[in-house]
Amino acid sequence: MPDQFLYAVEVIINGLMAGVLYALVALGFVLIFKASGIFNYAQGVMALFAAMTLVGIQKGQIPFAKLINTVMGTELEHFPWTVPVIPAIILAFGVMILFAIIVEKYILKHLVNQPEIILFMATIGLAYFMEGFGDIMWGPEIKKLDVGLPQGGSFWIEDMTIGLGGENFYGFFIDKLDMVATVVAILLVAALTIFSQYSKQGRALRAVADDHQAALSVGISLRFIWVLVWSIAGFVALVAGIMWGAKSGVQFSLSLIALKALPVLMLGGFTSIPGAIVGGLIIGVGEKLFEFSIGPLVGGATENWFAYVLALIFLVFRPQGLFGEKIIERV
Amino acid sequence: MNVMSPDSYVTADGRTIGGTLMEMKNITLRFGGVVAIKDISFDIREGEIRAIIGPNGAGKSSMLNVISGFYVPSDGDVWFDGAIRPKMRPYQVARQGIARTFQNIALFEGMSVLDNIMTGRLTKMKSNMLSQAIWWGKAQKEETEHREKVENIIDFLEIQTIRKTPVGNLPYGLKKRVELARALAAEPRLLLLDEPMAGMNVEEKEDMSRFILDVNDEFGTTIALIEHDMGVVMDLSDRVVVMDYGRKIGDGTPDEVRNDQKVIDAYLGVSHD
Repeated sequence: MPDQFLYAVEVIINGLMAGVLYALVALGFVLIFKASGIFNYAQGVMALFAAMTLVGIQKGQIPFAKLINTVMGTELEHFPWTVPVIPAIILAFGVMILFAIIVEKYILKHLVNQPEIILFMATIGLAYFMEGFGDIMWGPEIKKLDVGLPQGGSFWIEDMTIGLGGENFYGFFIDKLDMVATVVAILLVAALTIFSQYSKQGRALRAVADDHQAALSVGISLRFIWVLVWSIAGFVALVAGIMWGAKSGVQFSLSLIALKALPVLMLGGFTSIPGAIVGGLIIGVGEKLFEFSIGPLVGGATENWFAYVLALIFLVFRPQGLFGEKIIERV
Repeated sequence: MNVMSPDSYVTADGRTIGGTLMEMKNITLRFGGVVAIKDISFDIREGEIRAIIGPNGAGKSSMLNVISGFYVPSDGDVWFDGAIRPKMRPYQVARQGIARTFQNIALFEGMSVLDNIMTGRLTKMKSNMLSQAIWWGKAQKEETEHREKVENIIDFLEIQTIRKTPVGNLPYGLKKRVELARALAAEPRLLLLDEPMAGMNVEEKEDMSRFILDVNDEFGTTIALIEHDMGVVMDLSDRVVVMDYGRKIGDGTPDEVRNDQKVIDAYLGVSHD
């Protein structure tokens, strides 16, 4: 059955590209976890906040407009300008760097040498704070994010592949946005890998991830590295926010993509950048293929739970993930 | 050792000992009610090997942590290079040219030996992130220069064969040597060694002693080391500080210290009244 086979191929391709989007979110977690041992619960909200900030800057929205209006009785809403895409992205990244500095100064600095669970709790608090803060700053309504990314299926690919199958085969349907996301994710991972392997700060970052004391003894400032790593995670959040925001609008549910990153992390391991990518791809392909092949038998909607079940199975047999460091407890 | 200070002298084996590089003045360190170090003063002169010895719990490691900035003394001043050292964080102290090793080995276990030693050069690397991204070639050239220095140290410490091995896989004695290599890579003005011989077998101890002497001789590095094994220290060092229960009970050449009744008592465990 060539048609059936071709559809399966299409499902796999779409699965791979959905996986890339999961991987983008998971990457943000891995970066912070590797460098500071913190599971950053706020990563999803960071993506939401970054996307909101980007939209706000683009539209020339006045931050805290509603708050100011209520308190001062004014009727502010927009600046008399709008900002083009590229400068807006750079400004939004600037805001994320500022955010990283504030997080280090007011949260991390005071929690040095605390157990990891405390730091984790702090990021939960941070997530709720940012959620509310983002709403106050930019307004709670659903926003449309338009950075000029292509939308919809690629007709070119459909036209090119329509001849492959029989009468009932209409060619591959592949989302253009997913294709862009794939390219962006590949570039991002390549850049992060080169940065961490070959640059001075990258080496320092790996050093801090490995041993705080030793890092201090070779002259590395932990605080600087933390700001750096949260800035990079902010940038990854911004990219993830743009991709997901362009797909489904900037709204609260964007922050829940973080939940989709969890099974990815359990599969790939919390400490591995390649793991985040491979984990994302496995989950993406797995859930699409499962839905395609088993879904009709059980009434569909398997995508909602497949990833978590897969992650649970992994937890039983390989708790450190595919690429994570094996945890050996000496007795 | 560039400037011959008036009180510099030449040792029997031909090394020049210069003026004071570091001076601890009336250092006291308290943790809550516990006094770890009580009013201790001593100096470290340029080019010498200075040992701090004492029985377990004497406060030696605390003293080393004060020198390297990991602890801030409760009282007293640390003088470095002729000036009083303001309150500093450990990484700032490291950038001043004070490198150290740790009693329990603090290496980057996930990285290769080479990468570990390269981190020692971080303070010497100039180009920042932005210029690294823009002037890729220049950054590469700088990397090559640092690599050359590191390879020299690798040759010097005879660890060529393990340079690509992940540190986590190495035996204890070699780890200690890699840690020494990393500290040396920073070309420190003062090298602090926290129990460099602890947990080693006789052969490893002999190797390490030889390396310490060679480092001092070859690079002229000033070394301060901590040991509780008296035998090793006496052969290595030019001058020895002896600590017991947080106080200084002796200070002088190995021979002077060896014959000091208070030191003998501390080591043989005469009862303290």
